[in-house]
Order: sequence, then structure tokens, then C-alpha cells
Amino acid sequence: MPNYLARVIALIDYGSGNLRSVHKALLKVGAEVRVAQRPEEITGARAMVLPGVGAFDDCIQALGKQGLLEAARQFIQTGRPFLGICVGYQALFEKSEEFNSCAAGLGIFQGKVVRFPAEHGLKIPQIGWNQLEVVKPECPLFRGVPSGSYVYFVHSFFPQPADASIVATQTTYGETFASSVWRDNVFATQFHPEKSQKVGLQLLKNFVELAAG
Amino acid sequence: MHGGQVTRGVQFGIAEAGGLRNVGDPVELALRYNEQGADEMVFFDITATAHGRTTMVEVVERAADQCFMPLTVGGGLRSVDDMYTMLRAGADKISINSSAIATPDLIRAGAEKFGSQCIVVSIDARKVAPDRWEVFSHGSRKATGWDAVEWAKRAVSLGAGEIVLNSIDADGTKAGFDLVITRRISEAVGVPVVASGGAGTLEHMAEVLLEGKADAVLAASIFHFGTYTVGDVKNFLVSKGIPVRPV
Repeated sequence: MPNYLARVIALIDYGSGNLRSVHKALLKVGAEVRVAQRPEEITGARAMVLPGVGAFDDCIQALGKQGLLEAARQFIQTGRPFLGICVGYQALFEKSEEFNSCAAGLGIFQGKVVRFPAEHGLKIPQIGWNQLEVVKPECPLFRGVPSGSYVYFVHSFFPQPADASIVATQTTYGETFASSVWRDNVFATQFHPEKSQKVGLQLLKNFVELAAG
Repeated sequence: MHGGQVTRGVQFGIAEAGGLRNVGDPVELALRYNEQGADEMVFFDITATAHGRTTMVEVVERAADQCFMPLTVGGGLRSVDDMYTMLRAGADKISINSSAIATPDLIRAGAEKFGSQCIVVSIDARKVAPDRWEVFSHGSRKATGWDAVEWAKRAVSLGAGEIVLNSIDADGTKAGFDLVITRRISEAVGVPVVASGGAGTLEHMAEVLLEGKADAVLAASIFHFGTYTVGDVKNFLVSKGIPVRPV
């Protein structure tokens, strides 16, 4: 069995705009990537990446239509490494406030996705580079990524995990929010590692290595 | 960009007159700025023709394949499908200008499909009276009769997640940004405002962020011609107490 098969990562394609960037970034750090549009294409993958950009409802509906919502849930339950990015992070929660959303998320984590409150007088969306405070230095995703590292954010919403113990990093933009979470082999980031230059590539490399076992 | 090459007009309108200076391959420049630690890259297709679009998609793809940083693309994008094509090519944000003026609902359609954070409305404004800035479309050739501040507010209410404000009077002059209109728009809207057009010195960059209240600053010529590196700008801004991501 060629060694590279151990690294095959299923990258979920449900029409998300940032698919190509995530794909290229994963290739850059040595991953073998299979772009998956159907549940059967996920079978056998060592790890899964759920990218995302845009609206929560659109994302959930598109995933549901392709049968990928259930496939993602099942994949996560097998304990294999999973990485959600941006809306792919938000999708792990139960629901969102976006555009009076009525779609139900995966519910892997308890909590809902909320909008930045207006009262801080800050510009919303948060568009730009911001710093990570690594609260779980033992999280393998953040190996070699120290607190204070800058990563790229583009979002108006963020999840509020009911269980604070899953928070891996936090970031402050008016208020402090969970910029990434980690539990077992489930990792998810509000920021875009595929757009965060060296820091982002380091993080993806960590994930790929984890997937390679 | 024009015919797949990065160009720089001295002021709007020069492009058609053949006054563009060709400054090189966009992807090579993108790689250079990526290395220099730019926070974001913006590609504008100033020709906005069908052929230009195809070239643009290739440029965005090639840049996105090598530069793992935020990319904004604009120029001649008239539909949600056009936006999607660019996003799939690797763009993170879509900038619309004349098409948003012609069809303001395109802002809402784009925001509902891709999220507000994805939709940038670019405004070309010219000072037409002591206290009035008017919006121009079609590469600043066509007056709309619209007040720039009012248009910015409307664009945001329709779902724009960012405003790029380009002062037609200042663009390409290297004489400094129009601080007054930048500040007015920045204070009138709750989304980030990017100042564009007029950067000639490091001091200009600092003053539009401080006095102009811009959230970010965009420059082309000074980087293309090697006057300053991204690092020069960032170091200067830090010296002025402006928070930036260190290179």
C-alpha cells in the first residue's frame, strides 16, 4: 500500500467559495486531497475538512441536499480527524442567528452562532488579521503556533460554545470569542488558515500530520 | 489590470488614451507582496471585457495557488454567477462598483448568497462642491448625481460588508488621500472603510488612518514602482502608534 494513501483527506465540496484555496493550501503542506461531493466519496478518507464561507443557512442547506450533513456527522463519530473552517466551524453547532436562520447545524457541539454585538462601536464584519490567544497549548493543531500569532478573519458571526472546555484559542474583537475549538479529533477555526500565510500553513501542516497518524 | 498585466494610470480615463504604464506580471507582483507581508491583495480588471474576465480568472487562480493570503477581485462583475466564478478561483472578497450602481440589489443578492463579509462596494467619489462628493460610475467617467455618503450608507444597508473609497481627485496624484470624505464615510457606516487613491508618502498612509478614520489603506503605485515596500509602510505606521500585523 503506497504510504500516501494514509494521508488522504476528504475535502467537502458543497459549493463553498473558498474550496480552491483550502485545497491548494492542503496540497502545499503535503496532503493527498480528495474533493468529495457525495457521501460515498468520504468513505475511506483518513480525515475530513469542511471549508466554508458565507451564509450559515446556505451552507447547511447545500450540505443537506448533497447528503453530506449526515455523512459529516457519521464521519466525526468514527473519531477520525476533522477540521471545520469558518462556516464549517459554525456548522458544528446547533443553530445560528444569521438572517433569522432556521436551519439546524450538526449539533456536534452545544451552543449557537451569534453576531458581534453593535455596542462596542467596532466595524462589523471583522475583516482582517487578529491575534490568537492559545488557551490549549497542548492542542496538536497549534503546535508551533504561539499565542500572539496573527490569523485572518472574515466574519460577522461566531459560535458561543456552551462547554467552555472545548475552546482552544480565543481572540478579542470588542469581545473575546472562541476563535477555535478542539475536542478529541474535532478541530474547528473561525479564522481562515488557508489565508493566514505562514501561520495558517503551519496549522494545516499540523492537521495533515495528525491525519497521517 | 489590463490584458493580464498590471497597469497603473495616472488618473482615471488615461487607460483608454493609452496612458497606462505597464508594471508587470500580476502574479509575480502578488508573490513579491506576499513575501513582503502585505495583509491583503486587490486585483481590479480595468478593462472588464469578456476576454479580460477569462484572463482575470487565470490570474486569480495562479495568485491564489501560491499566495495564501486574502484576495479581493473586482472589475466588470455583474451577477452572482460572476462573483461565484471569482470566489471559486480563489478570491475571498468581491468588489463591485458600476454594477452595484446600476443594480443596487446585486449587493443584497451577493450578501445573501456569500455573506456580507464577501461583498465590497467600491465607490469612486469626486468633490463637486465645497461640501459635496458625488459618486461616479464606469471608471469615474459617468456622474450619477448621487451623494457619496448617502450611497455608502445605502450600500451597507443592502448588505455591503466593506466600502473601498476611492477619491477620483486624488487617485494617481500621490498628493495624499481625501481625508474629509474618507472620515465622513467611515463615521457614517458600521463596516470597514478602505481608503484608496492618492498615497504618495508614508505620512499619507498614517494620516488617512488617523485623521481620515479609515480602517485600512490601499495603495498601488508606490509599491509597483518600488518607492516603498510593505514593510516600510508597516514600520512607519507602528512608529505612529497604529496597530498593524508585524511583517
